[in-house]
Amino acid sequence: MDLLQFLINILAAGIATGTPILFAMLGEILAERSGVLNLGVEGMMLMGAVSAFGVSHATGNVGLALLAGMLAAGALSLVHAFVAISLRADQVVSGLALTFLGTGLSAVIGAPLVIVREAVARIPALPIPMLSSIPVIGPILFQQNLVVYLGFILVPLLWFLIHHTRPGLHLRAVGEYPAAADALGINIIALRYLYVFLGGLLAGLGGGALSIAIDPGWLEGKTAGQGWIAVGLVIFAAWDPIRGAFGAYLFGVLRRLPLDLQNPLVPLISTANNPTLGRFLDMLPYLFTIVVLIIGSREALRKRLGAPAALGVPYVRGEK
Amino acid sequence: MADRVIRIEPRLETTRLASVIASVGGLMLALLIGAALLRAAGADPLAAYGAILREAFGTPADWAAGRFYGLSDTIVRATPILLTGLGVLLGFKMRLWNIGAEGQLFMGAWAATGIALFVLPKDTPKPLMLTTMALAGMLAGGLWALIPGALKAWLGVNEIITTLMLNYVAFQWISFFVVAGPWSERGFQLSPQFPESAWLPRLTDYAHRVPAFAGLTAHLGFVFGLVAAAALWLILYRSRWGYEIRVIGDNPQAARYAGMNLARNILLVMFISGALAGLAGMSEVAGVVHRLQDRFSPGYGFSGIIAAWLAKLNPWAILLTSLLFGGLLVGAKQLQPTGIAFMLQGVILFVVIGAEMLTRYRLVIARHQAVPGGLGVPAGLEITPTDPPTRGEG
Amino acid sequence: MQGIVKRFPGVLANDHVDFTVRRGEIHALLGENGAGKTTLMNILSGLYRPDEGEIRVRGERCVFHSPRDAIARGIGMVHQHFMLVPSQTVAENIILGLDRPRFLLNLPRIEAEVARLAEQYRLLVHPRAKIWQLSVGEQQRVEVLKMLYRGAQILIMDEPTAVLTPQEVRDLFHTLREMARGGHTIIFISHKLDEVLAIADRVTVLRRGRVTAAGLPAQSVTKPELARLMVGREVLFRLSKAPIRPGPVVLAVEELWAESDKGLPALRGVSFQVRSGEVVGIAGVAGNGQSELAQVITGLRRATGGRILVGGQDVTNRPARVVIENGVGHVPEDRSAVGSVPDLGVDENLILKAYREPPIANGPFLDTGAVERHASHLVREFNILTPRLNAPARLLSGGNLQRLILAREVSAQPRLLVAVDPTRGLDVGATEAVHRLLLAQRESGKAILLISEDLDEILALADRILVIYEGQIMGEVAAEGADVNTVGLMMAGTRMPSTAVESG
Repeated sequence: MDLLQFLINILAAGIATGTPILFAMLGEILAERSGVLNLGVEGMMLMGAVSAFGVSHATGNVGLALLAGMLAAGALSLVHAFVAISLRADQVVSGLALTFLGTGLSAVIGAPLVIVREAVARIPALPIPMLSSIPVIGPILFQQNLVVYLGFILVPLLWFLIHHTRPGLHLRAVGEYPAAADALGINIIALRYLYVFLGGLLAGLGGGALSIAIDPGWLEGKTAGQGWIAVGLVIFAAWDPIRGAFGAYLFGVLRRLPLDLQNPLVPLISTANNPTLGRFLDMLPYLFTIVVLIIGSREALRKRLGAPAALGVPYVRGEK
Repeated sequence: MADRVIRIEPRLETTRLASVIASVGGLMLALLIGAALLRAAGADPLAAYGAILREAFGTPADWAAGRFYGLSDTIVRATPILLTGLGVLLGFKMRLWNIGAEGQLFMGAWAATGIALFVLPKDTPKPLMLTTMALAGMLAGGLWALIPGALKAWLGVNEIITTLMLNYVAFQWISFFVVAGPWSERGFQLSPQFPESAWLPRLTDYAHRVPAFAGLTAHLGFVFGLVAAAALWLILYRSRWGYEIRVIGDNPQAARYAGMNLARNILLVMFISGALAGLAGMSEVAGVVHRLQDRFSPGYGFSGIIAAWLAKLNPWAILLTSLLFGGLLVGAKQLQPTGIAFMLQGVILFVVIGAEMLTRYRLVIARHQAVPGGLGVPAGLEITPTDPPTRGEG
Repeated sequence: MQGIVKRFPGVLANDHVDFTVRRGEIHALLGENGAGKTTLMNILSGLYRPDEGEIRVRGERCVFHSPRDAIARGIGMVHQHFMLVPSQTVAENIILGLDRPRFLLNLPRIEAEVARLAEQYRLLVHPRAKIWQLSVGEQQRVEVLKMLYRGAQILIMDEPTAVLTPQEVRDLFHTLREMARGGHTIIFISHKLDEVLAIADRVTVLRRGRVTAAGLPAQSVTKPELARLMVGREVLFRLSKAPIRPGPVVLAVEELWAESDKGLPALRGVSFQVRSGEVVGIAGVAGNGQSELAQVITGLRRATGGRILVGGQDVTNRPARVVIENGVGHVPEDRSAVGSVPDLGVDENLILKAYREPPIANGPFLDTGAVERHASHLVREFNILTPRLNAPARLLSGGNLQRLILAREVSAQPRLLVAVDPTRGLDVGATEAVHRLLLAQRESGKAILLISEDLDEILALADRILVIYEGQIMGEVAAEGADVNTVGLMMAGTRMPSTAVESG
């Protein structure tokens, strides 16, 4: 295998691997833009993954399965929304509780599903005619799973929504300076509930994409921290969908690295002969997230590209 | 026009009694919700709870007969939860979210294993061996937490994600050594067993003096926890340093204004927080299985977080909550599926947070009626106890 | 508005208030801080709902569930603290919350509309500028345009002149009069008597939540009368001050330079001195470097140039702790966000500066007995009203919290006390108490640097007045017989030769 082929393989695989995180990250961008920090992404993704897998196993209908995954995660997000928005509890702790709840609940629900080995209905890959024949770019971008294409569409869509529409303007105002929005009659509470819920739906989409499309199957703790990485990527993305997509796909590539390098045919270095390297590469995605955060934090300080100013602060009318 | 108005008003002050009621009430509610979820997942809640209680604490009949296995096992499980919980508690007091307790626990276990198997000779006297292991564990855990601490103190990087990511790195680190790695014993996913000198004393070791102790595996680690709890209380509420921690945790701007050094405190607190978790790791490997295994912790670090929160960050209350969760883990061992314990912990945390917030409000039912005259405000101006709070309200 | 009642936890903000305004007039709502004016107008503008009472607009009963309803009726409010999103543009802020444009934002078209409106009312701002780039006066114009864009006929202005220079105030009054002539109705909230008399057609006075005078024609009332209606007794406009006997120089600031949070220069070569036994007042409109000056002197912000000497010691850019140890006390401008620790007890707040030394410190530990004695002593001496010694500080009222802070700072016997807006948000009684305390410190030989937005406060307390504008000292006058016009000109940026006599 030559270098070019290796690169094409890994980029294509990386984009696919990064797609579940992409969805979760987009959801969290929406929630945080409205001013609510939801650290329960990992728990929501797991619930989405197990629900989608379970429904797919039971009904064979992938559309229904994906929907089930989204709704399960969305329902969970509403608990956090209630505690954080209406009861005004500490959003960090509430998010952590959500993670624990989602992790535990998904393990309980998913226990009978772990042994399921027979082929469960999954979302297929679909090469796009003509486009997939373009040399290099074709195999990377256009021979992907359907959910990946969904990701390609969602990113610019969300970007446009946030910056060029009225709802997007309101979303940004609610997260930056809710008092101003409130004084103009915008319903802060309702909007925050909405965006936290949308965040949950997207996290569930990510989980479902994982368990019935990209990496079909279910085990306890399937996401292995990808939900947390999504939260970290939001900061790196400076709350912007397009920049975040770049980070998510890059992360996907890093995650594939140890797997793809196992093939002894790979030129340069192969982990088949070098297990230490393999272990190190397994750590890489997590270390990468830390580096990403460092970069994100420094830039935020320098360019005033800060978080939505009201992030994590419950809104109380009448308090200045 | 409404005749009666129902409103929710914030209270000015919450009493401690209200807080405790909220916690206990929340616990009850959480158990109910857990029962509902169990029923939905196909398990029998009453049988499950019954089994948990029996396993965790034993029945009165057991106690009468001198069988304390349940209680002892609960203490064993509670020990790492208590230690990591105390570490997390310290961090939380300063608003440092150390989610990496699990990883720090792993690193502490790793360091202790290294000392026991490769650094000190097999026949080192027990006190020296154990002390060195404990120090190594605390150092390793402390340094592991210091990395995100330094990133926060010097670069302002959010510590939640960094501590969390290092968890996963720590798991990989242990796996490397123990799974087909330099420390793995004959191809299994564990290290060789520790020499006797590296075993923490257990109750059962004294069975010759106290027959009732036979077979009880509660070990010295729990005493570490008790000492740590006392020390933490002393530090937080009686020492100057603890005062600084509490001020920084409540209002960092005021702390800066008062001349306190935030960066140094962040580093110190993170280190000690990690050190306690590292000690938990050491006590697990030296006190329970006497070897290092891959994935030896069922999430003690995370249970510690919940135990700390449930204890409302009080070092004494955490003794109770860690025993509670220890019991939960012991009891749930018999149940399928094993995720139940974790799920219940999550539900408990949620409900307790919710209940806590509810104590901050009260329901007011007011009747809409004309009030004769007005509420008299004394003419003239004096400084009276009814000085109106002026929050910029013009 | 009739029979309006509004309660908050612990306080009755509006006590059966009746308030009537005629079309096309400028009606002033006068009262001191805490009288209930903003609350009343928040009800009128739909932000709050009254517990009792009703509102009639043009004869029709109205119930406002939200600001949107009020705006639909033509009532718009420009708040004292601007409700503008700093990171968004003028145009975006103006259309925030509107139902048109339905979905897509056509920013160029909106910007053109905004520009036209600004032209029409002579409220010039650039539609594409971001709010954080604008001056305070310009931001206020955006707020007004926001309401006009929505077709507001009744405009409520809440303390609009608090952040303006005298020239900007004149411009604003001109604009308001034009708008009134054009048929708009203006409700003008203020606690400044001179302004009220200058601009209003009629005046309503609130005191402690009740109306003490309704709809008085402005020509027929005098300033002392208004003051009495506002406060309930004869107001001493000046406290008696002993003659000044300044001692050696305690604080010397030389060519001080510093940056603001945004990286722009906030202090540009500031120099002055404060002697023991004197009060030096720094006057100026908020945002001209006062906050930064206080922070640099107390070690909370870096100086990029120049020196600060306390008692002859160079403390430039030394950590805050060193500055405190050199005898500098600081009453910060934000008493709850900076000056106190809300969830810790009153006793624990009182040791915030004293905890490092005996008798409070006992080796590495705290002597709890000493803490309690210290607290009960200060609570008694300074009249801090608190249910218990260890009650959380957030329960204290503004006045009591300020007393706590003063007690703490003063009891440390500093040689220099830096006080920033010490009476902001306090009622007259509490203000008087604070002023008495500061003057007492002056008597006992402390040096006091008073930085305040309230010119009256500076005139009342200071021996020498310096005016700061855009980070530079515009001039110095002696407080005795100071000419307010001169000071006003300096506040607006005109440099004046110093008229203070340098005392040997």
